[in-house]
Amino acid sequence: MLTRRKFLKGAADLLLVGAGASLVPRWVAATELPAGTIAASLLESLPGKRPLIKRTYRPINYETPIEYFSSVITPNDAFFVRWHLSQIPEIEDRAWRLDIGGEGVRQGMTLTLDQLKYEFEAAEITAVCQCAGNRRGLSNPHVPGVQWEKGAMGNAVWKGVRLKDVLARIGLDAKTVEIEFNGADTPAYEKTPDFVKSLPLDKALHEDTLIAYEMNGAPLPHLNGGPVRMVVPGWAATYWVKKVVSIAALTRPAKSFWMSPAYRIPRDMFPGVRFTSQEKEGDATTPVTELVVNTLIVNLKDGQKLARGETVTAQGIAWDSGNGIARVEVSQDGGRQWQLAQLGTDHGRYSFRQWTFAWKPEAAGTHSLSVRATNNAGHTQPLEPQFNPAGYHNNAVQRITVEVV
Amino acid sequence: MTKKTVWMGLLAVAVSGTAWAEEDQIELKPGIGREQVMANCVMCHSLDMIQINSPFMKKEKWAATVNKMRNVMGAPISDEDAVLIVDYLTRQYGVD
Ligand code: HEC
Repeated sequence: MLTRRKFLKGAADLLLVGAGASLVPRWVAATELPAGTIAASLLESLPGKRPLIKRTYRPINYETPIEYFSSVITPNDAFFVRWHLSQIPEIEDRAWRLDIGGEGVRQGMTLTLDQLKYEFEAAEITAVCQCAGNRRGLSNPHVPGVQWEKGAMGNAVWKGVRLKDVLARIGLDAKTVEIEFNGADTPAYEKTPDFVKSLPLDKALHEDTLIAYEMNGAPLPHLNGGPVRMVVPGWAATYWVKKVVSIAALTRPAKSFWMSPAYRIPRDMFPGVRFTSQEKEGDATTPVTELVVNTLIVNLKDGQKLARGETVTAQGIAWDSGNGIARVEVSQDGGRQWQLAQLGTDHGRYSFRQWTFAWKPEAAGTHSLSVRATNNAGHTQPLEPQFNPAGYHNNAVQRITVEVV
Repeated sequence: MTKKTVWMGLLAVAVSGTAWAEEDQIELKPGIGREQVMANCVMCHSLDMIQINSPFMKKEKWAATVNKMRNVMGAPISDEDAVLIVDYLTRQYGVD
């Protein structure tokens, strides 16, 4: 695979010198996974899952093959799996308990799954769950971490109850600044920091932030955090704590390795909201928060052969943090001129939005298709990834090269 | 690799049973220090964590990673082993 891609790049470079120069953009960056990642990748079935691309066996880190994004909702059995810690207990519904407490509540409470389901109003939302490090493997230069390609994400219909309704039952102290979440997963070794995450109060109390027990109409699968996980639409999946068993109202900012120094970005690099209670003087970082606008071509692959004079319809998805997609554009000249793609049905502001672009290649040779989305806030995608040390938020314009024969 | 088919980046799908036991099949490259890696780096994650992070780290990046495992993740690794591990990772899974 590596050699084939290498060859393609060589071919593109040659074209730059020849007559086809205008077809190939100059910003062809190193957008390959590390060779060691490619060599270690396998398609493999976990229990209850279709074959996914293995990144690491333990903790279980598997990504969704791109084909599955041809449907707007990602099936549960094809949904990516990401854990930081290796001990992941299977919890029966009737054994699950949610403890709610912390300094910001006068008296805590414990809920069973039935109480959660039947004592609070149900809410449902379609939302993209995307790992902050999706596409890290395409960082230029490469950075350490799980080397995800493009499938550490999925779009699902989540059903649960609003976190704000549950917190309203016990009442929060006015001094509460963050709400902290802990799941039932634990490290293999006691000294490894437990995976604990917090949200700023306004996001925690947002009406779309859910404590969810259903995914696409089925009980939440074990590997995706069942029986109950957090759903934080618009924000990176690192906050969507799986197998959540305790929620704490904090009157002081959370201190956990997974809030700092992990999951940090330079403060002014991306348009997402800043998580100010987690910012420190003398440190120019802020936690990863909202997703950045992005798109993916789902039905064409690098190196694919297409017939001259025949119309092909490129298909893809676009998404952002909930502003909604304003437009998707395709360029055939590496980003100089852009043409509008056709947007599909709107499934809600946090959902994937499908798009299509009909294209009839008239000349034989190597052609490139680049695609970019712009959201309703006017944010669009850069031509190259914006480098940051942990490789987060890679939303560089996707460009594929096809051979027209 | 017996039951599995190496991912070829194509639509073709290879299915195996469960993944849980399959990490035993990970083969690290031979070399001085391999033993120390196998003894010290498997407690919390499978060794493919090393394979996938290659080859792009220079010696100081591998040293920083091993330090992170010791100081942040709590990995109980002796100073002597750490030296051998960093040298091995740089030679077998790193860049100059
Ligand atoms: C005490 C537990 C523990 C031990 C022992 C351990 N690691 Fe890790 N390692 C972790 C955790 C936790 C992560 C983060 C996993 C994640 O984010 O998914 C990690 C991640 C990594 C990564 C990815 C890059 C990064 O910084 O997150 C590499 C590479 C790595 N470990 C290499 C090693 C090597 C080499 C050794 C042996 C010297 C080792 N680990 C031993 C816990 C450990």
